[in-house]
Amino acid sequence: MSGRTFFGAGFARGFSKAWLAAGYVFLYLPIVALVIFSFNDSPIPNVWSGFTLKWYAALPGDREMIGGLWLSLQIAFFTACGSVVLGTLAAFALVKYRRFTGRTLFSGMVSAPLVMPEVIIGLSLLLMLVSVQRVLGFPERGMLTIWMGHLLLGMAYATVVVQARLQDLNPQLEEAAMDLGARPWQVFTLVTLPMIAQALMSAWLLTFTLSLDDVVLSAFLSGPGATTMPLVIFSRARLGLNPSVNAVAALIVLAVSVGVVLASLAIARAERKRAQDMAAAARGG
Amino acid sequence: MNRLRALLAWIVRGRTAVIGLPYLWLLAFFLLPFLIVLKISVSEVDGVVFKEVLSFKDGVLALSVKLSNYVFITEDDLYFKTYLSSIKYAAVTTVLCLAIGYPFAYFMARAKASLQPALLMLVMLPFWTSFLLRVYAWKGLLTEHGWVSDLLIALRVDHLLLAAGVIPALGKFMNSPFSLVLGMVYTYLPFMILPLYGNLAKMDLRLLEAASDLGATPWVAFWKVTVPLSKAGIIAGSMLVFIPCIGEFVIPELLGGPQTLMIGRVLWDEFFSNNDWPMASTVAVVMVLLILVPLAIFNRYQAQAQEQRK
Repeated sequence: MSGRTFFGAGFARGFSKAWLAAGYVFLYLPIVALVIFSFNDSPIPNVWSGFTLKWYAALPGDREMIGGLWLSLQIAFFTACGSVVLGTLAAFALVKYRRFTGRTLFSGMVSAPLVMPEVIIGLSLLLMLVSVQRVLGFPERGMLTIWMGHLLLGMAYATVVVQARLQDLNPQLEEAAMDLGARPWQVFTLVTLPMIAQALMSAWLLTFTLSLDDVVLSAFLSGPGATTMPLVIFSRARLGLNPSVNAVAALIVLAVSVGVVLASLAIARAERKRAQDMAAAARGG
Repeated sequence: MNRLRALLAWIVRGRTAVIGLPYLWLLAFFLLPFLIVLKISVSEVDGVVFKEVLSFKDGVLALSVKLSNYVFITEDDLYFKTYLSSIKYAAVTTVLCLAIGYPFAYFMARAKASLQPALLMLVMLPFWTSFLLRVYAWKGLLTEHGWVSDLLIALRVDHLLLAAGVIPALGKFMNSPFSLVLGMVYTYLPFMILPLYGNLAKMDLRLLEAASDLGATPWVAFWKVTVPLSKAGIIAGSMLVFIPCIGEFVIPELLGGPQTLMIGRVLWDEFFSNNDWPMASTVAVVMVLLILVPLAIFNRYQAQAQEQRK
């Protein structure tokens, strides 16, 4: 900021701080409200009628919610693993192999699920699965089909994350390893993999949460008896305000906060270690 | 045998597997499903069976494309209005996200360098909390005598909103165009902030010094230097907000009302309530066409920008 602002630099600084603060209040207000209302004795959030833990106490007996949570966690785990594998392959194909047949189609298809409305992805996947089922007799709609849908979306996100990291890599390190006689697989596991490990971790976490949160794809692809937690929450939220949803929300916020703090600590430690290794290597050279 | 071994070797060779595996997956689970939707939208229905669009019988190759669904969409007022109102709500959301997000990203990018990672982290953190629950939370905040609605009434904003026609009555904020747009702006604001921040943080600040040396006031320098340089970020952010908003289903379902027509919801009802698969497919195909237009413009712009960088 140069001094010649209309209102003066002090005003500009104050204004920018106020704008940022208001923005963060906007982003966090609903999250804070959910947590506060989960302790509200009254079932309607209009009035605060005293502190209670009864909504939490009721959760373990809520078989629909617990069943949904277990199913969601399983699907999210397999989605995250599958997305990282497929996403890493796709990112390698896009970054390492500049030219191959159908590259434009490939890169278009990789990123399309990111912008395509989920109702369309859900509808098209379901119609295909129904057609396949008519011919082959499987797959039944359920956990497997939900996983397939989540994997398609998760792969797109994982590709973006891994691709960004791969593009920043110094290819000379891999070339050096090859010059020293490493086989391609060794180059990958000993050189490339450690360098992209952090991106793989973020991609895994991102796709895990993505799957854990998805409503639309799950609704299209689920069958009888396969109700994920978001589907339970969504059907209750549709009917109106529901205190059990607030309690679940608060627990999710708690789990996410702990998870994010732990993950960022781990990432910061890995960064520091890498910086130290680099410094040590530089001294050694 | 040798040939088989050669084939196996070819498949196992890194390059083929690395490209082939995700490629096949995408063809099977993205392209093929969409072609099936396209087929169902134009095929004749015989009971519960969709007739083949392309048939070969007695030496005659017959192509039977039924366009009545598409004709119906253009003739039926409801669909036309719904597409139009989806575009309208998506556009309003995009403009509001830009109006709130551009200054936000700008101030973030010009904040102390040591603060920036934390500021960025705070924008991304809500992503990790359930989207569904955050949207649901607005239901409680906007309900009659909820926090936000009380605040808006205290500020006397509800009269303005009523006059603008975005709420149905004084004090009633839920299930209105207002609550729908609020929910969409809230959800998609980070998608606007992040690309803009990425763009603005990379800007060469010496250009602003140069502008100021040449006599530009900060305001003029902002409009003539900063904004044009951040065009790529503005376009990327706007696309990331506009396109998913058009097909949004969850937010209209939880926060929208009877007046807020959204195409994603119509597709859902067509499929789940009316069980009309061909119609749902047709709605989906038209929605894709609607999305392809801005996407094509965006891609062309990006290609041009890349050309210029070279």
